[in-house]
Amino acid sequence: MSTTQQTVPMLEVRGLSTGYGNIPVLHDVSFEVPQGKVTAVIGANGAGKTTLLSTIAGLIPATSGQLMLDGTDISRTPAASRTAAGLALVPEGGRLFPFMTVRENLELGAYSLGRDAGMRQRIAEICEIFPVLAERQSQMAGHLSGGERQMCAVARAMMSRPRLLMLDEPSVGLSPLMTERLLSTISDLAASEALTVVIVEQRVTEVLAMAELAHMLDHGRIMKSGTAGEFRTDRMIQETYMGR
Amino acid sequence: MLDVLNILTVGVLLGGIYAIVAVGLNLIFGVIRVVNFAQGEFVTFGLYGAYAAQIATGMDPYLAPLIVVPVLFVLGAVIYIVILRPLQNDPMMQVFATFGILMVSQNAILALTGGVAYSVQSAFIGMSVSLGPIQIGLSRVIVLAVATLVTAAVALYLRHTRNGKAIRAVAQDRTAARLMGIRVETVYTLTFGIGAALAGLAGCLLSPLYTMTPQIGMNFILPAFAVVVLGGLGSVLGAFVGGFVVGLTEALAGFYLDPALKHAVIFIVFIAVLVVRPSGLFGVAGAEEVGLRDQN
Repeated sequence: MSTTQQTVPMLEVRGLSTGYGNIPVLHDVSFEVPQGKVTAVIGANGAGKTTLLSTIAGLIPATSGQLMLDGTDISRTPAASRTAAGLALVPEGGRLFPFMTVRENLELGAYSLGRDAGMRQRIAEICEIFPVLAERQSQMAGHLSGGERQMCAVARAMMSRPRLLMLDEPSVGLSPLMTERLLSTISDLAASEALTVVIVEQRVTEVLAMAELAHMLDHGRIMKSGTAGEFRTDRMIQETYMGR
Repeated sequence: MLDVLNILTVGVLLGGIYAIVAVGLNLIFGVIRVVNFAQGEFVTFGLYGAYAAQIATGMDPYLAPLIVVPVLFVLGAVIYIVILRPLQNDPMMQVFATFGILMVSQNAILALTGGVAYSVQSAFIGMSVSLGPIQIGLSRVIVLAVATLVTAAVALYLRHTRNGKAIRAVAQDRTAARLMGIRVETVYTLTFGIGAALAGLAGCLLSPLYTMTPQIGMNFILPAFAVVVLGGLGSVLGAFVGGFVVGLTEALAGFYLDPALKHAVIFIVFIAVLVVRPSGLFGVAGAEEVGLRDQN
């Protein structure tokens, strides 16, 4: 409970650059994600949002820069170990294992915890948060509807008891009603599980309503950072991303 | 009548061997996405391994799997780590590399043996099981039993164990598997080792029945490819059933048509099945694309 602990951000991105082959995508990106808050990253298609999350998760190597997770340097840590260190990414489209049951998907979500005796209990807890999954446990994940699939993907990520949950466009392909339900579930999770959330979204109005902080990414650079409130009232953000 | 039964038992013997080899080949293809041309060589190593075990300790070839299977598991894992892993970002080169392993292995064995054919003796050869009026060679019964047990064991391992689930996860979506904290490279190594070990087991079971020559592995690799595609990519049960379909077809064609045509007939049946069921007998349509959709 010392004050120094509280000031260490959950995630610190310092001068991060990356790209595919010789094509640079992110240029010297720096920002902090404070503990226990929801941070939104917004930006147009191709701004580098997915690349940013993939690099933080370790799926794409950074060409330069540093990543600190809760004060620990994870820049050289392989993706699998970053999951064990408390980082979880819900990739775009959810990417469930389609020929496995919902339950097997959830079990694999907890893979990084090792042979955990608490598996049953964790699945029960998760099914309480995502009631739609409780009745679908023995169904193949590939047969779920779009909304159920996203719920299952978030639930699977939560199985590893992450400290930092990153979501890449969870609302893609969902109806406005389903999006609202999903985002409110994520808000509830953030409140109840002492979870830090980074969320990339195209639905800017909705995500700024749930987030506390926001960053705007454009052509691989952070162009603006502030509180979600500031973003909501910013003329340029409104015109560019909120269609006003 | 007796002829037909004899042919059927030959078909079952071949089918069981093909099934064991194909289960391993299918696992390697389904998970690592490498077409392993060296799979027949692991059968060859199993054969010569049984020979070496008999020369060194007088061991019966049917007991040789106790040594040969673990040795081939390690050999497969080492080959994966040393040769295939460095080529991981270039799947086509991995396939060429397995072909290179095939050439090196055949020529190394040729050099070591000077081209002399070997054979091993088993106390069980000549024994038979009576099924009413029918006598079935014990070696056939052993192959059938082992192929069935191995298929069931692999299927249960993949379905119920933690490592088995990790293997299936990597086969279905390797990026998502990585995000779960699964060490994808370790899963590849494990899978290649299992594939090699299964082929080695098949080699041991064959050793009392076949005369060993350096090129013997070639007799198994082509039918095994047919079995994998026929049974369905990614399906363990498909590889098992496909193994017997191909083995019986080969035996019947060899007897009723012409031994020289047996492989031609296999591949005609193979093409016919694919025309009717493009995903194979037990395959899931598009299953191969699931694993291929991301190579990161």
